[in-house]
Amino acid sequence: MAIPKVLGIETEYGIAGGPELDPIVASSIVVNAYAQQGRTRVNWDFEGETPDLDARGLPSLTSFAPVVETHLANTVLTNGARLYVDHAHPEYSSPECRTPFEATLYDAAGEEVMRRALLVANESMAAHQSINLYKNNSDGKGNSYGCHENYLITRDMEFGHVVRAMVPHFVSRQIIVGAGKVGAETKYGLESSPAFQLSQRAEFFEEVVGLETTLKRPIINTRDEPHCDAERFRRLHVIIGDANMSQVATMVKLGATSLLLSVLEDRGADVFPSLPRHPVQAVRAFALDTTLTQTVACEDGRQRSAWDFQDELWHLANDYANLYGAQAVADEDEVQVILSQWREMLDGVRDNADAVADRVDWVAKLRILRGYQGRYDLGEGDAKLRAIDLQYHDLRSERSLAQRVGLRSLFDSDKVREAVHNPPTSTRAYFRGQCVARYPDQIVAANWDSVVFDLGQGPLQRVPMMDPMRGTAALTKDLLETCPTADDLLERLDR
Amino acid sequence: MTEQERIQKQRTERTAPAHDDVSVDVTKGDQLKADLDDLLDEIDEVLEENAEEFVRNYIQKGGE
Repeated sequence: MAIPKVLGIETEYGIAGGPELDPIVASSIVVNAYAQQGRTRVNWDFEGETPDLDARGLPSLTSFAPVVETHLANTVLTNGARLYVDHAHPEYSSPECRTPFEATLYDAAGEEVMRRALLVANESMAAHQSINLYKNNSDGKGNSYGCHENYLITRDMEFGHVVRAMVPHFVSRQIIVGAGKVGAETKYGLESSPAFQLSQRAEFFEEVVGLETTLKRPIINTRDEPHCDAERFRRLHVIIGDANMSQVATMVKLGATSLLLSVLEDRGADVFPSLPRHPVQAVRAFALDTTLTQTVACEDGRQRSAWDFQDELWHLANDYANLYGAQAVADEDEVQVILSQWREMLDGVRDNADAVADRVDWVAKLRILRGYQGRYDLGEGDAKLRAIDLQYHDLRSERSLAQRVGLRSLFDSDKVREAVHNPPTSTRAYFRGQCVARYPDQIVAANWDSVVFDLGQGPLQRVPMMDPMRGTAALTKDLLETCPTADDLLERLDR
Repeated sequence: MTEQERIQKQRTERTAPAHDDVSVDVTKGDQLKADLDDLLDEIDEVLEENAEEFVRNYIQKGGE
């Protein structure tokens, strides 16, 4: 049986402005502004962080292990999320969610957290130092930063099967969930000098499988850092994705991937479409082709377009949902919404792009680019077109183009506001968020798999949360509500 | 209407009713703007004035 597809998204935001245009300083100002006005000042706990462990079990002799920076602003929010400075970007890592729809809500909450942080931060800044944030993945000059997805998968499966099953999806899903980009910026991309690409990230990928995330980026990342019981679980860390402004795109990105991972766990890797012979070339070539006709050679001798891959994968997921129920992903109604949106977007991008310009980011972006270009007779590469590309992702309401193109929203503002403050009830994020809200003065640190208390006397006490499906409201709400203090809580947990 | 009011209005229009039951349907968002011209007018209003400088100055350090 497929295990529950607990999931979440981590997003690094592009940042501009700030004192002396230093992005690390600006990022710290944004994160600290939010932490200091909020109800929490709980720090992140780095115990247990092992980003250099490789899922393939190989010593990483040729890999550059990721560096964990411990000195920068880093905090835990009452909704269970982590808000911090990663390298030179503010990053929001959503709490663990139980379904794609819920994870999309907490991604939207992350945008709202960043918007509020920005408002507070800019109150104390001179106008010429004002900071802006962008939910995108590249600066157009060869620098990329990530929007990573995380999915809980079983440990009881060889990692090679994940590679075999998921590469076709990761190279092709950009045709419906790509965020779109003007021009190119890497050596490879510049060779074909495209006016537009489907994905912000595609041209940055250089390997099929690997440990790195900042150099020689791989389609399948092998970072083996489950943040939970490593005997039972893996966390699949997906780095090949664009940050979406469209909520429906986020939901379909998460939903389709969760469904396919469940197919893999229940039916094995052999039912998946054949791999492209050259996956890296495939992902780059697909990004360059807005007509969606480009095909690549596959290991079974056939030629497939990105659309062909997605069509096969949709049928695989749809059949699975009908036969197996897909309870690991979400309830039946939500699974049906994911499948129907996935299908509509897939048919739309091929047959009637305007019909999905309210859901597919690259289509929405390309539509305004072409319109604007036509109106003013602008050449390819005109700075105004690049400005439109950047401003599509601007978080400020007064500048955001994504807020103006008519994207469908999935949640009203009350629902998002609630998610800014309150954790999902369906995973251990509930316990983390509630502890941070209820006992902020007794918590010295928290991370994905534990909360550390300091009761003022005796040693620090760590409460482990090694199972992402424990610590839910159903399991801990009564306990928390009957424990007015952290002392009470730890005493009850001790019994 | 001031800029702020206009944005408020758009936001209100584009906000769909809440569903406690997330599974019901993908909330009907706004209709795609039929008139691309209106949208392009709006883009003219909010696009950074000096596009060239704005684009040139947007430099990020890599992340992840």
